[in-house]
Amino acid sequence: MLEQYGFIALYSGLVFVFPFLGMLTAWLLRPKKPNPIKRSTYECGLETIGDTWVQFKAQYYLFALIFVVFDIEAVFLFPWAVAYRRLALYALVEMAIFLLILLGGLLYAWRKKALQWQ
Amino acid sequence: MDFVSDLFVNLGRVWTDFLSMYLAPWLVRLINWLIVSTILLVIGLVTVLFLVWLERKIVARIQDRPGPNRVGPFGLLQTVADAVKLLTKEDITPAGADRIVYNLAPALATFSALMLMAVLPWGPRLIAADLNIGVLYLVALGSVATMAILMAGWSSNNKYALLGGFRVVAQLLSYEIPMILAMASVVLLAGSMSTQAIVEAQSPLPYVVFTPLAFLIYLLASLAEVGRVPFDLLEAESELITGYNIEYSGMKFAFFFLAEFINTFIVSIIAVTLFLGGWRGPLVDRFPVLGVFYLGIKVFVLLFAMSWFRGTLPRFRIDQMQMFAWKVLVPVALVNLLIVAVAVKLPGGLWAQAAFALAGNVITLLVTLGLLGRAARRFAERRGERLPVTT
Amino acid sequence: MLPLIFIAIAAMTLVGAIGVVTARNLFHAALFLVLSFFGVAGIFITLEAEFLGVAQVLIYVGAISILIIFAIMLSRGIARTAGSVLNAQWAVVAIGAMLLFALLVVLLLQINWPVVQAAAPPDAIAELGRAFVDEYVIPFEVASVLLVVALIGAIIIARERES
Repeated sequence: MLEQYGFIALYSGLVFVFPFLGMLTAWLLRPKKPNPIKRSTYECGLETIGDTWVQFKAQYYLFALIFVVFDIEAVFLFPWAVAYRRLALYALVEMAIFLLILLGGLLYAWRKKALQWQ
Repeated sequence: MDFVSDLFVNLGRVWTDFLSMYLAPWLVRLINWLIVSTILLVIGLVTVLFLVWLERKIVARIQDRPGPNRVGPFGLLQTVADAVKLLTKEDITPAGADRIVYNLAPALATFSALMLMAVLPWGPRLIAADLNIGVLYLVALGSVATMAILMAGWSSNNKYALLGGFRVVAQLLSYEIPMILAMASVVLLAGSMSTQAIVEAQSPLPYVVFTPLAFLIYLLASLAEVGRVPFDLLEAESELITGYNIEYSGMKFAFFFLAEFINTFIVSIIAVTLFLGGWRGPLVDRFPVLGVFYLGIKVFVLLFAMSWFRGTLPRFRIDQMQMFAWKVLVPVALVNLLIVAVAVKLPGGLWAQAAFALAGNVITLLVTLGLLGRAARRFAERRGERLPVTT
Repeated sequence: MLPLIFIAIAAMTLVGAIGVVTARNLFHAALFLVLSFFGVAGIFITLEAEFLGVAQVLIYVGAISILIIFAIMLSRGIARTAGSVLNAQWAVVAIGAMLLFALLVVLLLQINWPVVQAAAPPDAIAELGRAFVDEYVIPFEVASVLLVVALIGAIIIARERES
């Protein structure tokens, strides 16, 4: 069983190197004529005004946090799903409680407009 | 005839026996692994070549124009020509960009896309690595791709790239949950996370019969994950000037493009594996080699549908997308999971359970559409418009 | 064979960890953290805890790293790289850290670690799932409450900031 991860490790090594080989080939083949205008930041063809910074809305962070919560919930779901067929009915009830609590959390976020994208 | 009936597995066996006569077992294994890795890589790249051409042709025909037809017969070599062009374009790294991260991002994106291929079942007993946790492996690597995009947006030293990166990541995160939940329903039905086991468990009925809703949710969520229409806001030429990969040119840009198409291909294979029975089909028990063929047909149908979407559907706005993911897909996916869970525990055999699950799915779908319709009407009224009344 | 693999993965994890504390740029530090997360996942897999390994990648790399990066971007410090990674008391702290390290090594070498010789059962994940609803059902349900509490707390704090 573990042996298959050996394949995954080998494959991942190969696959990780491959894009760099591609980029190396491109580096060998392409023209190199850098000049400051080409290398300036693209902004619809205008000159950049001000710092390269954006106002990072707390909204993004909230989405990521809600995602973390539901991601963990989903991970809890999988072992239960695998074992489900050989468990009795109480397994269903307990998972239903789990899911309903989290659904409640989602509902709260919904009411508090945390899911709105401004 | 018998040899051909399970062609690939038998070829592998003959080759391994041949090698084992001359080399130590660990070396034989290593060589086989290298060969399989190369095969997977080649499959991925060649398929992308074909897929790009296919999509361009289909979209072109929908738009009533011929599409690529100059380079090679029927324009088949068009993608090769594009690749050569991208290979030889000058790579303009923006000033102030973080070089290491800037170069790492496209590599990571391609890496995560190609890694997914390792756990896909191409036929009975034809799978590179049949992991016990195959399904979760697929999800986990999808989330690595998200990191790659964030890295691309940040390292370009460009306001618009950064902003584009944030929005893509928000979209990817939001649609990952419904995708995971839909996959969980399938794992529930099969009792295993191994992709091969899931395909084998889909006899006599493919899981799309049990939960068409989960299939639909998975399809929509994975369209959003890959960034295709109608969720391709981030590539829209009119918005944000192409988002996170603005500052990429030449081969690095090509790798992002490659990653997207590989992801599309793989997502179709996963959908077929989880819901449409994978390599299952008539006579596949006696002639296992047909499995690859059946898989190919089903995947082709899905890919055709996706190209069809691209040619016909408009794209969502970002706030519509987010709302749809969290307020519609997640609750529906959860409800669907519970329905399937109840169905599995029903007495009465497979067909009764399937009927119950199917009924539950249809009812949920109708209720959801009804609620959405009502919400749309309320929204339109609030904005002072009335929806057209068809009498 | 396995000890070699472990050393390789552990080395990768440590490189990541060292990178986190020595990187001058916060974003680079976050990326090194991702590297160590991958290393930890690798270690889980060598211990035949595949589910934990893949859950590690899914949650830590897929969700929490992104959360961390968003948090870094929320505080404007990322554009500027840190002045120096060392503070004024670094000599004293270095000695203290080395003493702690020596103490831990001595301690860990002396404990008789109970090692399970048998391989993991083939249906380990199913066993885990069963345990969630059998003997560990209370922690399982409490976990969901904990998650919702975290969610509610974050939303309240975020709303306060905006108003």
